[in-house]
Amino acid sequence: MNYHFNWSVLWSGQSGGWLLQGVITTLEIFLLGLLIAVLLGIVAGALRSAPLAPLRWLASGYVEFFRNVPLLVWMFFWYFGVPPLLPQGVQDWLFDHGVEFWAGVFALGVYHGARFSEVMRSGIQSIPKTQLEAALTTGLTVIQAYRLIIVPIALRLIIPPATNETVNLLKNSSVALTIGVAELTFQTRQIETYTARAFEALAAGTIIYLVLCLAIASIMAYVERRVAIPGMIVRGQTGAS
Amino acid sequence: MDFQVIANNYVFLIAQGFLGIGAFTGGTMRLAIPAIVLGSILGTLVGLARLSQSRWIYGPAKVYVEFFRGVPLVMVIFWFWFLIPTLMGKSLPEYAVALTAFVIFEAAYLAEIVRAGIQSVPRGQVEAATATGLSKNQLMRHVVLPQALRNMIPALVTQFIVLLKDTSLASIIGYVDLTKAAQIVNNREIRPFELYLFIAVVYWLCSYAMSRYASRLERQLASR
Repeated sequence: MNYHFNWSVLWSGQSGGWLLQGVITTLEIFLLGLLIAVLLGIVAGALRSAPLAPLRWLASGYVEFFRNVPLLVWMFFWYFGVPPLLPQGVQDWLFDHGVEFWAGVFALGVYHGARFSEVMRSGIQSIPKTQLEAALTTGLTVIQAYRLIIVPIALRLIIPPATNETVNLLKNSSVALTIGVAELTFQTRQIETYTARAFEALAAGTIIYLVLCLAIASIMAYVERRVAIPGMIVRGQTGAS
Repeated sequence: MDFQVIANNYVFLIAQGFLGIGAFTGGTMRLAIPAIVLGSILGTLVGLARLSQSRWIYGPAKVYVEFFRGVPLVMVIFWFWFLIPTLMGKSLPEYAVALTAFVIFEAAYLAEIVRAGIQSVPRGQVEAATATGLSKNQLMRHVVLPQALRNMIPALVTQFIVLLKDTSLASIIGYVDLTKAAQIVNNREIRPFELYLFIAVVYWLCSYAMSRYASRLERQLASR
């Protein structure tokens, strides 16, 4: 092996700006994707325990279909497959407004929404049935009981597995480079192409991903401590009933 | 919408893209199956190393697992794609690069499953086996691993499904798997909706069959 390291390529020329751009785009696609995924996950996860069969079928149909197909295929599908079917006006508007970014956000959100809903479902299942019954006897409707009692408790219970899924979402945002979104991995490749410094460029990208993953884990741990209900949920003792 | 394009090209998509029979070295299955086998072997070794008493063994294993679990697979594939030529002085075919990347990446996830499986075996079992005079190796082979394996089968199958879906990422370095095969056909036919929907269904059938199998196994094991 005969390789001379030259780390200065990372801050000389345009590289530093590209990396920063990449981090910003990665964070944007991650946060928007997370928003869609969490909303879809909560709704689909709650519907899967709903007392009405067609709602349960709808939710499990969504989950099983989206979860079992690779994210890359979904990216191609939403980016290459769907826009040509839309009316010309909508197509023009999309291509003027960075269609690859929105296709990436949508693919990421819908795919991870299916995975989040599985986490949500296991959280709801671990809440004793008596909670729902007690809520209903106090006069709440089913929807109120879910909105005010079941979902808030379930959300607290699922923080550890949800952390895992959030980290996965961040890592999977790198797949968006295949449809041309200029996120972190894309920019690392661009630096590599311009400077022919594969090792330095990839190392920079890798370290940034590791730091972001660590940051997510610590933020979620902080949230878990903040929202814990004293005396009700003790970590490691949940779901015993 | 015109699904005639699928009827015209399904032989190429399935034989070349999915199975890997044809002019290109490719195929989703030809990558997924060796990756599962070799990844499981490496994953078991790393998982056992994580449980070692010696910090010189469990330390590196822990770093290995934490590192690969914190980095996107796309990044890992690029690492191998650029590093292997630099380290070895010659480039390897896409197949070898993809397989290496998958084995090393997935082993980190499989190692955690193996570790959790072994730790799920009650401590009393180990003490009882030691008391009957079994050696450490015998204890592992006859008492701990058979029970651990049973506990980790559902998680293992789930991880194999993830791996099968992840192989689609090998297409970004030009490996001709199902996804790349669909791209090749699409370049000629310009029918993205039909083609990507078709391969989505093929992936779906495989993953869904595996996940049904996993939940059946889970029920069988639970009733035992």
